[in-house]
Formats: sequence, structure tokens, C-alpha cells
Amino acid sequence: MQGNEAVAYGALDAGVNFFAGYPITPSTEVAEILAAELPKRGGVFVQMEDEIASICAITGASLAGAKALTATSGPGFSLMQEGIGFAKITETPCVVVNVQRLGPSTGMPTSPAQGDIMQAKWGSHGDSPSIVLYPDSVKESYELTIRAVNLAEKYRTCVILLMDEVIGHMRESVRLPDMANVRVINRIKPTVPPHWYKHYDENQKYLSPLASYGEGYRFHVTGLTHDAHGFPTNKSGEAAEMMEACGRKISYNMRDLVQIESRDMEDAKIAIFTAGITARAAKAAIAMARHEGIKVGLLRPLTIWPFPDDAVRKMLRDVDTVIVPELNQGQMIHEIRRLTKDKSDGDVIPIQRVNGQLITPNDILRKIKEVC
Amino acid sequence: MANIPQKIVHQYLRHDKKFPHVWCAGCSNGIVLGAIIRAIASMNLNRDDIVMVSGIGCSSRMPVYIDLNTLHTLHGRSIAYATGVKLHKPHMKVIVVTGDGDCTAIGGNHLIHAARRNIDLTVILINNNIYGMTGGQCSPTTPHDAIATTSPYGNIEPDFNICNLAMGAGASFVARTTAFHVTEMQNYFQSAIEHPGFSLIEVVSACPVIYGRLNKKGGAPQMMKEFRDNSIPLTAVDKLPPEKVAGKIQRGILRKEIHPEFCSAYADLVDRVKDKEV
Amino acid sequence: MDKSYEIRLSGSGGQGLILAGIILARAAVIDKHKVTQTQSYGPESRGGYSRADVIISDREIYFPEATNFNCLLALTQEACDKYLFDLRETGILIIDTTFVKNLALAADNTYELPFTEIAMDKLGSPISTNVLSLAFLVKVTGIVSEKALETSIRESVKPAFVDLNLKAMKLGFDLAKNYGK
Repeated sequence: MQGNEAVAYGALDAGVNFFAGYPITPSTEVAEILAAELPKRGGVFVQMEDEIASICAITGASLAGAKALTATSGPGFSLMQEGIGFAKITETPCVVVNVQRLGPSTGMPTSPAQGDIMQAKWGSHGDSPSIVLYPDSVKESYELTIRAVNLAEKYRTCVILLMDEVIGHMRESVRLPDMANVRVINRIKPTVPPHWYKHYDENQKYLSPLASYGEGYRFHVTGLTHDAHGFPTNKSGEAAEMMEACGRKISYNMRDLVQIESRDMEDAKIAIFTAGITARAAKAAIAMARHEGIKVGLLRPLTIWPFPDDAVRKMLRDVDTVIVPELNQGQMIHEIRRLTKDKSDGDVIPIQRVNGQLITPNDILRKIKEVC
Repeated sequence: MANIPQKIVHQYLRHDKKFPHVWCAGCSNGIVLGAIIRAIASMNLNRDDIVMVSGIGCSSRMPVYIDLNTLHTLHGRSIAYATGVKLHKPHMKVIVVTGDGDCTAIGGNHLIHAARRNIDLTVILINNNIYGMTGGQCSPTTPHDAIATTSPYGNIEPDFNICNLAMGAGASFVARTTAFHVTEMQNYFQSAIEHPGFSLIEVVSACPVIYGRLNKKGGAPQMMKEFRDNSIPLTAVDKLPPEKVAGKIQRGILRKEIHPEFCSAYADLVDRVKDKEV
Repeated sequence: MDKSYEIRLSGSGGQGLILAGIILARAAVIDKHKVTQTQSYGPESRGGYSRADVIISDREIYFPEATNFNCLLALTQEACDKYLFDLRETGILIIDTTFVKNLALAADNTYELPFTEIAMDKLGSPISTNVLSLAFLVKVTGIVSEKALETSIRESVKPAFVDLNLKAMKLGFDLAKNYGK
């Protein structure tokens, strides 16, 4: 099974019944599979006129009650940013899959890169927190797509699944779980009568129920700053409340959101911190280095935003050196430097590549040997 | 057309929510809102099954005032959001309220593709020939030579003919009226909502405070008078000599045809493939 | 299989190498191995460069791209020149002499055949050069079973092309069996 195929089937198994998208390499297979599969299941597939229309259509469908997802790559992801902000401020569940490619603008459409790590967090204007997941295998692409849909529904926000081109196009032998073991989360529905309904009504976990159009609630949704009922407001208190609510539901639920793989870290003196395809190279490098008796381990975030601050701080406390390989000119490394103030800059070492080629196990092994 | 008393109109407004409204005195947007409500009321539609979607601009503030399912979206994108709502719940009536800048400049691509798909949306385009909310900049329908803050020496560009654009893109119901012709407007809205396919009604409207002042059109009453005196019904166009037609706003239903509608075509597709192996 | 086995199939766009990679990967799955298959290609559907990597192992495969090949198939001169130096010393090199005229380095285990010409002669078109040379590779390396390759071809190509590709496969097996004889 291919990575992009795993995303498509993950979406279907998570209950996604609405896809709107626009063709773009290297994500197109997701759309092609859903174009064949969704109509068979009574769901909607629509090819829109551009990526802007795609994010808007899935947000509209979600407000009408659909579980909605779109898939794109860098240029399309840039076009979607305003719409992603709208989904966040209106707390409307949806998922955007971004299969990354190299470079700004058109770049190298069929080459891998990890250049959108910061864009996935800060891409939309106006300071809104993000939930971003990042798989490193075909199987995990399936699992994290389901998780992305679940988190979108639960947290009422636009969740981003960041993919590497190589993983999107890679085929791997995988055994998908029995559907009976797949946990699917649906949005909380209001239990109050329509005249009591508030469109933004946090419970003790800062999560709020969501009605759909056509269910008698007749609520208002706006991209303007709004009060708890959803109506526009210019009052600074209400504006701050709205802005903070979007962040609060994430910061309060960090334990639910953070997922991190730790491998061979118990006795490690050197840690490698990396995500996605680069972590696959790291795993191979660690196996070789361990074979030679070098104490090196891996930390790999599956949720890259919110950043797993506490876990990273704790797990990097006892290592001497952190190597941060990434297919960009330095994005994740700034987070690691922020969290390892006890180490000198020289102890947090980058491996960066932006030529469309992967960082290989040997590249990482060489760096490990340089520092040990 | 049923005569809907003002008392009924008030039942559709969100009085407790967001009045007074943001529109200037003399603005045509309130007239259009009234006509929409009367059209909905006279059709006895269930309000729970109507969604009003808008983008950004003066006209796009309308949804907040009306007690329907309402969605106030991004600049230019109302039709794309509406497409999502309609495709997921095809039984709902989806009305898009938009302006000339919102729909034909930044949102032009969505307009032409929704018209091409012939998706059953009712697009009410309030054309006041200017960007009012941002203070009077030139729009795609600002007439040639007219003054705007970004065309201080007169607009050197030609303006869009919105109805021709929609028809060229494949819209199956297209009509034009003015803010003066309220009963005609209400009738067109009703026909458009009933029409099974993409419909667009251009309402030529008055922005006396900005467009009117910049172009010395007088106040709202003068602009309304101009709509009355300077417009002719389509039925009269053929009967009049060309010099009496030139420069006039032509009102009427320019197209009303039944074409395959997108949501129905999609439902047919689902019927055709749903038994295939999943 | 204790260690993983790395194969690179290389040539230009339109030669069907990615499909060959998928067929090989699927055959490995049928044989109950773990497998990864990745690819790299230019924007062209025809021409340009194209390669497919298949890694077959019985243990977890960490890095999915072949970096030190056990076997390299090169259908063009350009691909041969570019990738030859990443072939291990003991690795197997298979080249299509229809296009590969110069060999920079004499490897021990080199198999040279004009696969494209043979496909045109015996199968009537170059279209199944990919399966022909893949079958040759499978027979020479023994990396997957012949039965699994056949099943995989049946599952991977369009029904109308199954017969042609099975014919190509058999021809590939025969060429390998009789190689050097």
C-alpha cells in the first residue's frame, strides 16, 4: 500500500464523507482514490476550481455536518491559509493533508522536503494555535489520518497532517487494523434546545458542542471576532476571550494531543530529534551506531504542533548532544535550542539538506561518529 | 406574489442580536433584505432548511440580521462555502448574498465555476458599483469614467456586465433588477429560489454615501429616481429605438432554462455506483 | 533472509520501471517478506529519469531508499553511469545493451542483454521490457519466488495486458536460465 493510499483509506475509515480538492503533485493519489471510493459510500467527492475553494467547501460541508478533508501540497497549502484561519476562528472541524515538496513557489514538485514545518504552525495570519501530525511510515499515515480526523472533530479545529513526498509515494507492506479496533471520534452534539444553544460553549475541558445547519439551531458563523453565540463583536474583552479559547483547548489537553516515539533513549548520550522520513534514516543510523557500541537514541514527535515541550525537555536532559536532521534550512532545530538552554549551541547539531535528496543513514552515522 | 406585512418581516429579524445594523442611511441593502424575507415568507419555506452565506463587504453583513442558518465567510469565497453546504445537504435552500467586488473580482473564479456546474445556489448580487466598506475604491462594475478613491481621475477600465458573465459561464437562471423595483425583486428572488439550478440576480443598488457623493449622484432619493427613470424592462427593449435603449439598465429575467443540476447529477452518480464493491 | 536486500531499477520515464518496482514489491509481500518501494522521477511521463527502489527484508526496514544496492538494473546509459558506483562489490548488475554501450567499471556479476531489442523481436513491442528484465532479475537473484512474481503480475497489470506480460516473464526466465550458454 502507498502512503497517499493509506491516507485515503484512513480518511474513509475515520468516517470522512466529504472531500473537496484540486489536483497537485505529490498528493493527487488521495483525491483519485476518494473520487472512486466516496460515491460508492454515498459520500461527496468534488474537484473544485482551486485550493482556496477546496478549503472553503470542506469548511461549509463541515458546518452542515460532514466529516470533511482535503489534500494538497505546498503551493495549494499556501493558498489555503486564509481558509484554515477561518476554520480555526470559527472552530469548525476539518483536516488538511499537506504532502510536502521542495522549495518555495513551484520548486521541485516530485522531490521530498520538510520545508512546511513552520508554515503548518504559523501559516495563517493572526496568531492561531495549530494541531499538526507527522507520520514516518505508510501504516502510520493511515493511523494518523484517522487521528487527525478524530482530533479535528473533538477539538473543533482544522488539523493538519504533514506528509513527506517519499512517504506519500512509498509502498510498504502493511497490515491495517480490523475496523472493529479503529476508534472513531465524532463531534459532541448539543443537547440543549435551540434557543439555549451557544455556538461556542466550552465544557470543563474547554471543548464545545457543535450543531449542524439544518438541525433547527439556526446559528450564525462569522470570521469576525465573535461572542459565545457566534455574533460579531468589537468588545476587547470578548475578542480576547475568543482568541484565548482557541489556544486554551489545546494547551489544556496537551496530554491527549502529544505523541512522541522514544527509541534507545534510556542510556543515550547522543539524541537524534527528527520527524517523518528523516526519522527512518535516523533509525537505520542508530542501529548501525549501536552495533558499534555508540550510545545514541531517537526522539520522534508524531504530533509536531503543539510542540512536546515537557517530554523533549525531560528526555534531552541527560544527553550531551542532540542532532537535528531535517530537509530544510533549519526549522525544528530552533525548538530544540529553545528547550535545551542548558546546552551550548555546539551541542545541538543540524544536518540539513534542500537539494531534493534524502538525508541518508550514512549522513547521520557520520555525524554521530564526529561527535562521540 | 403574496403581500407580506411588515409584522411578518420582523419575525425574521434577529432583533435581540445585532441591531442597529451597519448600513448607512439610504443604502439599498436593507431593501434587498426586506425583499428576501418577503420572498421566503411568501413561499412558506421552513427556516431551518435555509442557509444564507455571504463573503466580505457591506452586503455580506446581511446574514447576521436574519434568523436563518447563517454563514459569514471570507472575502470572495461565499460561493465556495455555499457549494460545500449544498453538496452535503442538497435538500437545503442555499442563498448567497454578495457584492460586486466580492463576487466578480476576488470571487470571480468561484462564480464562473459554480455557474458552470449549475449547482442549485441562489446568488443575490447587490451591485453598488464600488467597494463601500473599505471606503470607496474602484470595483469591476465601477462604470468607465466614474470616480472612486482608487480612480481619482476617472475609471479607465471597462466594467463587467455581470449577467452576461454568469450566462456565459452557464448559469441557468439570470435576472437583473434595481433596488427601486422592490416587488419585481421579490418575484425574481422567489423564482430563483424555486429554480433547480444556479441562479443569479443582479440588483443594481445605491450607495449614496460613497459612490453617490464621489460621482455627484445626489442623495438616495435621486439615485432611486434614476433607477426608475433610467431602466427599462427587457420586454420593452425590442420595441424601442436603439437610442432609447442605450445607457439604460435592462431589467428582467435574461435566462430561465432547465439544465442538469450538479447535486442531482451527483446523486445519480451515487445511485449508479453505490452497489459496487466497497 | 537475515539482512535486507536492496534493488534499484533505473532508466527513463515511460520504461515502466515504477510498475516493475510495484510488481516486485507485491511479489515480496506474497512471499511474506517485509518490503518498501520508493521511486524518484522527473516531471515527464515519457523521457527524463526514473527509478524505483525495492528493499526486501524479514526485519523492520528503516530507511526505504536503496543506498548500497545488492542488485542494479540499468536500462539506459545515463542510469548506469549515475548509479553504478552505489552497487556493492558483490552486487549484481543487469544492463540493457540496447542503450548501455559503455560500462565504466567491470563488475564481477554483470549480466548484459539487449532487453529492449529482444522485447521488440520476440514480443512485438518494447512495452514489456520492464517485465522481461524484471523476470530476468528475479531468476538471477532468486529474491522472490517465480510463482509470487506471476501472481503479482496478474494482480498489478490491467487484465488486457496480463497475457503479454506473462509471456514476457517466461521469456525473461528463459533468458536467465540460458544466460552464457
